[in-house]
Amino acid sequence: MTLTHIAQIAIILLALLAAGLSKPRGFTRHVGEYFALLLLASLGMVILVGADNLLLIFVALELLSVSVYALAAFDKSSPASAEAALKYFLFGGMAAAFTLFGISLVYGVTGEIRLEAIANALAAKPAEPIFYVGLVMTLCGFAFKLAAAPFHWWAPDVYQGAPTPVAAFIASSSKVASFYVLARILFIAFPGARTDWMSIIAALAVISMLLGNVAALVQTSVKRLLAYSAVAHAGYALLALLADPQHAWPALIFYTITYAVTVLGAFTVVAVAEQNGGANMRDLAGLSRRAPVMSFCMLVFMLSLAGIPPLAGFFGKFYVFIAAASAAPRLGLLWLVIVAVAASAISLYYYLQVLKQIYATAPGEKTAPLAPAYFTQAAIVFMACAVVGLGCFPSLLLTRITAALTAHPF
Amino acid sequence: MLAWTIYISFAGAALLMCLPEKRPAAARWTALVAALAGLACAVAGWMACRQSPNPGALVDLVNKAWIPEVGVRFHLASDGISVTLALLTGIAAVVGILFSWNIEQRAKEFFALYLALIGGVYGVFLSFDLFLLFVFYEIAIIPKYFLIAIWGSTRREYGAMKLALYSFVGSAMVLVGLIAAYVVAGSQTFDLVELAKYPFPAAFQNWAFLLVFIGFAILAGLWPFHTWAPTGHVAAPTAASMLLAGVVMKLGAYGALRVGMTLFPIGLHTWQNYIATLAVIGIVYGATVALVQKDFKFVIGYSSVSHMGFVLLGMMTLSQIGLSGATLQMFSHGIIAGLLFAVVGRMVYDRAHTRDLGTLQGMNLSKSLPFAAVTFVIAGAASMGLPGFSGFIAELQVLTGAWRAFPTLMMLAALGVIVGVAFTLRAMTKAFFSEDAAARSHFPAITIPERIGALTLVAATLAIGLYPRLLMDVITPSFNSPLMQPLWKGAGR
Repeated sequence: MTLTHIAQIAIILLALLAAGLSKPRGFTRHVGEYFALLLLASLGMVILVGADNLLLIFVALELLSVSVYALAAFDKSSPASAEAALKYFLFGGMAAAFTLFGISLVYGVTGEIRLEAIANALAAKPAEPIFYVGLVMTLCGFAFKLAAAPFHWWAPDVYQGAPTPVAAFIASSSKVASFYVLARILFIAFPGARTDWMSIIAALAVISMLLGNVAALVQTSVKRLLAYSAVAHAGYALLALLADPQHAWPALIFYTITYAVTVLGAFTVVAVAEQNGGANMRDLAGLSRRAPVMSFCMLVFMLSLAGIPPLAGFFGKFYVFIAAASAAPRLGLLWLVIVAVAASAISLYYYLQVLKQIYATAPGEKTAPLAPAYFTQAAIVFMACAVVGLGCFPSLLLTRITAALTAHPF
Repeated sequence: MLAWTIYISFAGAALLMCLPEKRPAAARWTALVAALAGLACAVAGWMACRQSPNPGALVDLVNKAWIPEVGVRFHLASDGISVTLALLTGIAAVVGILFSWNIEQRAKEFFALYLALIGGVYGVFLSFDLFLLFVFYEIAIIPKYFLIAIWGSTRREYGAMKLALYSFVGSAMVLVGLIAAYVVAGSQTFDLVELAKYPFPAAFQNWAFLLVFIGFAILAGLWPFHTWAPTGHVAAPTAASMLLAGVVMKLGAYGALRVGMTLFPIGLHTWQNYIATLAVIGIVYGATVALVQKDFKFVIGYSSVSHMGFVLLGMMTLSQIGLSGATLQMFSHGIIAGLLFAVVGRMVYDRAHTRDLGTLQGMNLSKSLPFAAVTFVIAGAASMGLPGFSGFIAELQVLTGAWRAFPTLMMLAALGVIVGVAFTLRAMTKAFFSEDAAARSHFPAITIPERIGALTLVAATLAIGLYPRLLMDVITPSFNSPLMQPLWKGAGR
């Protein structure tokens, strides 16, 4: 099993869970088209992580993006959904143009589109300034996909406006795919320019962590809160890219997969709450009285996002931090770790606000027990178990990643 | 044996989650049984430690690979310090449940969170892998938040959030320090015993010590980072205040001692005087502020800041007597503060529904609640440091150690003791002894669980006060262990 296989399996599993989440929703009559688009998007992701030339990467990225734009607009009764899709499309189209332009410049300089061939061509001769323009533009396009600040402006509206299963899909599996392919491009095609792209990634990471966490403090909609928290988490994950490759890969893959599971679980809970009232903080008031199991799972998800042990989110962050701190020169990136830990300390506040509504606030007028559909309930519990299990025994996943890395090093 | 304290507590918490909602009695008894089993394990561990040919020595309980990719081991061990604090946790856990016997609202969740907190606390005291220690340390933060936010009183949501954020910021500082230490030592291990052997460069130690020590000491109520303590204590339900003051503040002090001081002895020597000064400011400040409080619980809350100052001062003396005194003071304060909060929060507040000292004065509680009054007089005497109680032995040792290390600061700390007498006497007279002897109000009688709980704590403080060797026999030798040797380098013993 190679790393790509691991990423593909994770992506397919996450897409399946997101698709299962879509089943009982009543936002569209066009069920066939909906699932077809979901499948196309998943196909795009699977090709994306497996591709080893820039053109194929771009095609796969567009297949994913175009399907997701359409999916975001799928709730025709909701103006917010149309607005979200339009914003997503406009920003995304621009980002794609940047990526394509960047790729064409890289091709112009090196005459190659295969990742390894690009690295060889770059090693053979000194880089021209135009190459750096291409590098930066490619990175901008990916930063958009990852919702890394300052390219995150679409995220809150899309997370809030798009149908919840679609938002969950965008937040989970598409994140894993985008991070994985970005890491491949950076580590395989541009290892020679490492110091150059490291400073860009570091800047993106710092801005994302600070802006995401601070903006999330004041949100009243849980979906918007998750959107800003996604910006912050993109920042933490970017830290992994700064580590030495042998640590960067396991740290990044572990982090993105566990994050995706956690956020997918959180979105599932939000979807259930939304069907029974709304997705604002105060709609969750007293949820623990009405749905104790689901509330407990939400507790697990929120605390994992906040980075509380022994949940997967904690070990993911921890591993990213030690990977970044160990990067040569030792402790050279400690300042970034300090920023990340400080940002993470801020984040506890808003995650606890959600949990406070669920556990401490008295329920509103609705007090009847809330029973989600059987499948949904099972999916939530499964994801919560995964978060706890991977948190207590991270080696379950880590050994596979390191084994894949030693068997097929990049 | 000791390792079971952790497993039993978490298993109890998990079991409680599965109980039916409407059976508070079942939840209470389950929690009590789990806490008693934990206490039994702790007592067994303490007896074994006393009777071993080498009392107080570091003994491995469990040492297994856990996350080999980053060199994390599941390493539980104990020495005299760990055993003492585990014993304190066991006593506090059982007594806290006895004083929560009247909780009817969402009882199973209350006791589940309570046991999860206890499990985390045991875990911190027994972990010798820093990753594991950190995991348990953080596990202890979250239940505190919910215990206060759901079952608390005055400004509970504010108090709960403040406590959670202070704890989390402290642990974030600790995390940075631990990661840096791990990387500097070669990214191989988080094992405390291994890392303590690594000679960290002096420049590194100077900042890493400060980060880790302050990070932990926030939870120990080190002035000026103590402000979570009074609000948190006041907002918390009785059992949670007892645990907060009784064991959670000790988590901070223990972490500062076990991790900060053991790993970074050079940094310790650099900052020793400054931290001792902060500790003494805490002693005097806490006592002075307690002197003017109107809310009975705030008096106790600030007194905790003052008493924890002695722990930190004792640690900074870097003498065997001072450090032993600090450890004993952790135990002693855990018992005494628990008793004080039990009287104020449960016996008085749950009946009189006020904690305002002025209002209480009119009720003449010594007539209507004589048991509460007697208990408070005993607890107050212990808190003042009267001979015969554990606080006396502990503070005496701390002050003796400080006499050599910091003569001036020692005088000021002794002044704090006098102010401590003053605020305790003031609160005692105002709350229980009215000038109008005829005044009388009627309240429900003190229940059996409350009596048992109070008597247990009184017995514990008296036992240690009269025969301190029960604990000193295991505490003092712990400071001779190889792990502690770096502390003594360059310091006069």
